[in-house]
Amino acid sequence: MSENNRQKRMSIVCWSGDLDRVWPVLILSTTAAASGLEVNVFFTFWGLRVLQRNDVRVTGQNWMQKGESLVDRGGTDHLKLGKIHFGGAGTKMIKKLADDYKVATPTELLEMAKDLGVNLYPCQMTMDLYGFTKEDFIDGLGAPMGAASFIDMAADSDITLFI
Amino acid sequence: MSSLAVDPDRVLDCRNLSCPLPVVKTAQAIRDLESGQHLLVLATDPGFAQDIKAWSSRTGNDLVTLTEDGGAYQVLLRRN
Repeated sequence: MSENNRQKRMSIVCWSGDLDRVWPVLILSTTAAASGLEVNVFFTFWGLRVLQRNDVRVTGQNWMQKGESLVDRGGTDHLKLGKIHFGGAGTKMIKKLADDYKVATPTELLEMAKDLGVNLYPCQMTMDLYGFTKEDFIDGLGAPMGAASFIDMAADSDITLFI
Repeated sequence: MSSLAVDPDRVLDCRNLSCPLPVVKTAQAIRDLESGQHLLVLATDPGFAQDIKAWSSRTGNDLVTLTEDGGAYQVLLRRN
């Protein structure tokens, strides 16, 4: 296939673990993959916690990394709103509304993303910063990579988003 | 459904589901069909008529018919 009629590509940076950012990341990723695009999502900084297994509570090697994991619980079941969280009440309300209106949860969308072949890449530098090991993450991820690898993907993409 | 020109090979019920589920489930369902087979999608998402047209033209799967009755959509697709 020549470069002109190759498969369209979309590359997204997911830098935050806030529910209000992660939800659109996953909605757009699944929809783009469903529409035949090759999709790459680079999870970096606080976004890396999206890939954490829901049943893993403490991550990190030293007390600072472990402490950080306690105050910022990872996993798609535990994401909080970046605003109007209101000590949990706001997040609980939007999840209730989503359930009533049959909007898929981040956990369901992440499963669909994997099923549709979305490439999910953890950031190697943030893994080191937080003291993450591969065992802390869900299955089915791409190999951890750095900024240069993402730039290389983004440079050949038709759509790039930073959400 | 009796008014359909073709008997669908599969029916996908996406009624009451919100974006992006009807489109994503359609894409997942059509993978299992052979080229030329038909998928009937039932949906109630008000954005679905617009979205499925965009999806069909983007993926090259034919949108054979799209009917709406009181907010309920029936979309017949043919796998490319």
